[in-house]
Amino acid sequence: MVPIAYYLVLSAILFSIGVAAFLIKRNIITVFMSIELMLNAVNLAFVAFSRQWSQTTGHLQVNGQIFVFFVMVVAAAEAAVGLAIIIAVFRARNTLNVDQIDLMKL
Amino acid sequence: MHLALFIFFAVLCVAGALNLLLQRHPINSALSLIVVMSSLAVLYLLLGAEFLAAAQVIVYSGAIMVLFTFVIMLLNAGKEEPTHGSKLAYIAGFPGAAALLGLLAFIFISRREAFGQARLGDYIATTGDLSQVLFTKLLLPFEVTSVLILIAILGAVALARKEH
Repeated sequence: MVPIAYYLVLSAILFSIGVAAFLIKRNIITVFMSIELMLNAVNLAFVAFSRQWSQTTGHLQVNGQIFVFFVMVVAAAEAAVGLAIIIAVFRARNTLNVDQIDLMKL
Repeated sequence: MHLALFIFFAVLCVAGALNLLLQRHPINSALSLIVVMSSLAVLYLLLGAEFLAAAQVIVYSGAIMVLFTFVIMLLNAGKEEPTHGSKLAYIAGFPGAAALLGLLAFIFISRREAFGQARLGDYIATTGDLSQVLFTKLLLPFEVTSVLILIAILGAVALARKEH
């Protein structure tokens, strides 16, 4: 028996590490990877809440898991487009460092 | 048994995520992200989401991370040079992330009775249970996501193509 709260705390820890990595990392690919980490943390929370909802109502509820399914689909599409954008940026600027990609910075 | 498995894979998850944060080379970060995603698949299995566990391994640790490692190798990404990041990130970002973690952990732990306990083997959502909802109630969103994927493929090809 594991309290579902432990799963939610793990999800919060992973999400916070993702936020920290997003802020600390200077490589655009690693920044993108930390976004994936945050998406995964949210997925874990969805699955845990889905389980809790099943236990509260007394029969199987899959709505949370369906949501995770759609998040996975959108994450796959987002990864493909995002990495294509990274390749295009690298071709144009010849760098992956986010400090040097600051054309839109005031 | 359940608690032991949970603690082992939760520690593996957090260790992988911290390794992603601390490594300087992007390929090391990518490999530790694969560790995180595979351990998350085991945690999904422990929560009774067997289809999502399989999808996690195939889609995330399989397809997406292969794409990431492929791009890292294609662009020949080396070690990132240590620069001091934006000041705002250090002043507002890290206390903000720590406060978020503290708040969420406090709420979840203080309300842990209300969330209940997960027992291994209860409420297993099979692929059939999921597809029954997906192909009846949610047929339209499902079809729309297939169009989304198609557009994403076209967009990726158009963006990554060499300009002449």
